[in-house]
Amino acid sequence: MFKILEKQVFSPIIKQFVIEAPKVAKSCRAGQFVILRIHEEGERIPLTIADFDREKGTITIVFQEVGKTTTQLGQMEAGDYIRDFVGPLGEPSHIKKFDHPVVVVGGGVGIAPVHPIARELKRAGNHVIGIIGARSGDLLFWEDKMREACTELLVTTDDGSYVRKGFVTDVLKEVIEDKGKENIAQVLAIGPQPMMRAVCNLTKEYGIETVVSLNAIMVDGTGMCGCCRVSVGGTTKFVCVDGPEFNGHEVDWHELSRRSAIFRPEEQKAMEYHNCECGSGCGGAK
Amino acid sequence: MSDVKKPKKEIKPKKNPMPAQDPVARAKNFNEVALGYSKEAVIDEAKRCLQCKKEPCRQGCPVEVDIPAFIRLAAEGDFAGAIAKIKEKNALPAVCGRVCPQENQCEKYCTLGKKHEPVAIGRIERFCADWELATGVKIPEVAPPTGKKVAVIGSGPAGLTCAADLAKLGHKVTVFEALHVAGGVLMYGIPEFRLPKAVVQAEVENLKKLGVDIQVNSVVGKFTTVDALMEEEGFEAVFIGTGAGLPYFMNIPGENACGVYSANEFLTRTNLMKAYMFPNWDTPIKLGRKVAVLGGGNVAMDAARTALRLGAEESWIVYRRSRDELPARKEEVEHAEEEGVKFAFLTSPVEILSNEDGWVTGMKCIKYELGEPDASGRRRPVPIEGSEYLMEVDTVVVAIGQGPNPLVPRTTKGLELTKKGTIVADPETGATSKPGVFAGGDVVTGAATVILAMGAGRTAAKAIHEYLSNK
Repeated sequence: MFKILEKQVFSPIIKQFVIEAPKVAKSCRAGQFVILRIHEEGERIPLTIADFDREKGTITIVFQEVGKTTTQLGQMEAGDYIRDFVGPLGEPSHIKKFDHPVVVVGGGVGIAPVHPIARELKRAGNHVIGIIGARSGDLLFWEDKMREACTELLVTTDDGSYVRKGFVTDVLKEVIEDKGKENIAQVLAIGPQPMMRAVCNLTKEYGIETVVSLNAIMVDGTGMCGCCRVSVGGTTKFVCVDGPEFNGHEVDWHELSRRSAIFRPEEQKAMEYHNCECGSGCGGAK
Repeated sequence: MSDVKKPKKEIKPKKNPMPAQDPVARAKNFNEVALGYSKEAVIDEAKRCLQCKKEPCRQGCPVEVDIPAFIRLAAEGDFAGAIAKIKEKNALPAVCGRVCPQENQCEKYCTLGKKHEPVAIGRIERFCADWELATGVKIPEVAPPTGKKVAVIGSGPAGLTCAADLAKLGHKVTVFEALHVAGGVLMYGIPEFRLPKAVVQAEVENLKKLGVDIQVNSVVGKFTTVDALMEEEGFEAVFIGTGAGLPYFMNIPGENACGVYSANEFLTRTNLMKAYMFPNWDTPIKLGRKVAVLGGGNVAMDAARTALRLGAEESWIVYRRSRDELPARKEEVEHAEEEGVKFAFLTSPVEILSNEDGWVTGMKCIKYELGEPDASGRRRPVPIEGSEYLMEVDTVVVAIGQGPNPLVPRTTKGLELTKKGTIVADPETGATSKPGVFAGGDVVTGAATVILAMGAGRTAAKAIHEYLSNK
C-alpha cells in the first residue's frame, strides 16, 4: 500500500499527489513512469513521474480526470492509500549537453512530466526554453516550477484568458523564427496526442529533431503484453519498454490515435457504472 | 505362507473418469472445468497402481516425486500421509495436479499403461493437494536459519519452487515480482477455468508461512539490478526465473490494427485483471463475433476457450500444420473441441485486414501442405501457391510463442545470453556465467511447461545451497 502524503487541486479535474514510494523514488529518473492500481478490482494505469524526492522517498504525480480510474483517484485524499504503485518503468530521457538551446513544450497536464526533464537538461548545462500552455488560465499549473527548471519560460492559453492567446505551436513557431532553426538543437514535447502531433508537423518543416513522450494503453508496463505497441520509423515498438520517448517525426500518429481509442466505449461504460448509485449500472439515469 | 497363492488382482483397464462441467454450460463460464475426484474415486484409482518394483513413473517426474509411495498412502485413505510425501519434492502440488502434462511424464512410463490406461497420477495428486487445502495445511519443517540471503526474481513456478526449497533449508529468501500479485504465468497466463487463482494464492500463502518474503510491484532491472542486489543489499546468491514474457508477433502487415491482441495481453486482461467481470472490475476486454487464435500450443487453446467464455460466437484455432503436430496437451485440444472451438489446419494469415476506423475485418490466409520433416522432427509446412483466401474475423489473438523478457538479462553485467536472448545456464545446476547467479525455467529454455520450470527451480535451489555452504 502506498500512502498519499499530499494532495493539491489545480483545477476541478487536474490534481497533484505526493506519494510515499521509496523504492521508486530511489532509482527513478526524468522521463520514466509508474503504473498504479487504486484497489483490488482496479485497472493498471500508467502515469509519468512529475517529480521525485529521493531523500523523502516520494514521487509526485499530476493527473487529469478523464475516466473512471482517474476520477476515483481524484476523489482520494491525503492519508489514503493506493493499492499498487510500481516503477520506475520505461527508459529515462536522454539527457546531454547540446551545442544549442533546447526547447521543451508542455501542453495541458503534459506540463508535469516535462518538468523533471527540463530541470535535468538545464542541470546538464543547456539553455532550456520552456513553452507551456493550457486551454485556459485556470487549467495552467506549475508556472513557477517550470520557470525555475527552464532558462526562459513562455506561457500561452488557447483562449487567451492568461498571458496570451495561442497554441503552444504558435509560440514554438515564433521561437524558431526568432532564434533561427539552426540555433535550436532539439524540441521535446509532451501533452495530448494532437498537440504532440502538431508540434512534430511544425518542427519537421524546419528539420528540427523532436522527441515526444507517448501515452499508450498499457496493462503490465514491462513489455509482456504488447498492448502499447506503436509504429516508429516503420517498426513496431513497445511504448512501455522501448519508450516512452521516441523520435516524433517517425511516430505513426494515425495508428496511435486509433489504438488509443480501442476501449473508448468501455471507458464510457465504466464511467456510467461508476456514476450510478442504484447499483444497476444505469449511469445515474434512474 | 509361500505356497498360498496371492489371488490375482483384478485390474480395471480404464482410469476413473474425471468429473467435469458439462461442455455446453462450461463454455459460458469461467469456473473450473475438471471438478476433481471424490474420496471413493481417488481410493479406487490409487488401488489400480500395481506398486511395481521398477517404479518407472518416477523417471518421468521433473521434480522426482516418490509417486508409488504417495499413491500407496492414498489407496489406504491416508491423504495426510500422501500429501506429505508429495510435498517432500513438490512445492505446488495443487497446481501440478492440474496443469502438468502427465501423459508425457509420469503416466507415460506407468507399467499399467503398457496394456491399459495408466494410473491417473495427476488426478490423485490433485485430490491430495485439494484435500490438504480444505482441511488445513501442515507447514513443513524449516531448518535453523543460516543467515544467508537469497534473492529470487520472478514468482512463477520456477521462482516459487526455488524459494520454497531454499527457505526449507534455512536461507532467508526474498522473491521479487513485477506484477501486483505473486504467481507469474499461473496468475496471468493459465485461465481460471483450468487453474483457479484461489488455488495458486493458497500455494503462495503456504510459501509465505515458510518465511519467504514476497515483494510484489518490484521490477528488477528497473528499481534495482541483480548487481545492486548482490553488492548493496547483501544477497549472496540470486535466482533468475523471469519466464518467457515477451510476446512474439507474426510480423505481417496489419498486425497493429485494433482488435489484434497478443495471447499475453488477451489472457492477462482476462485472468490477472478479470476483464470478464467488467464493469465490476475496471479492466475491459473487447471481442468481436468471430475470433481467430493463431498458433497451436496450450496458450492458443487457452485463448480460444477463453474467447468462447467471453461471448464470442465463433472461436477458431488457425494453425499452419495439421492436427497431429498440435503442440498442445491432448486433453486441452479435446476440451477445446468439446466446447465448440473450431480448427483451421494448414492455414496461416499473410495479412490482417481492417476497416477505415482501424478495426480488424478479416485475414488474408494462405493454405499449407506438409513437406519433409524439419529440425523439430515435425513435417515442415509449405505454402501452396495461389491458395490465398479471405477469412472473415473481427478479433485476432496471436499465440505463436513468447521469448524471454529482456529486462533482467539486459541489465545484469556478465550474464551470458543465447542469440534468442535466453540465459545460458548449466542444466545440472542452473549456474550462469556470473558467479552466484543462477537461472531456470522459461528464461533459460524458452517457453516450456510449468513442471519443467519447477524442476529447474529445484535443481538451482540445490546448487545454490551448495554454493552458499561452500562460500
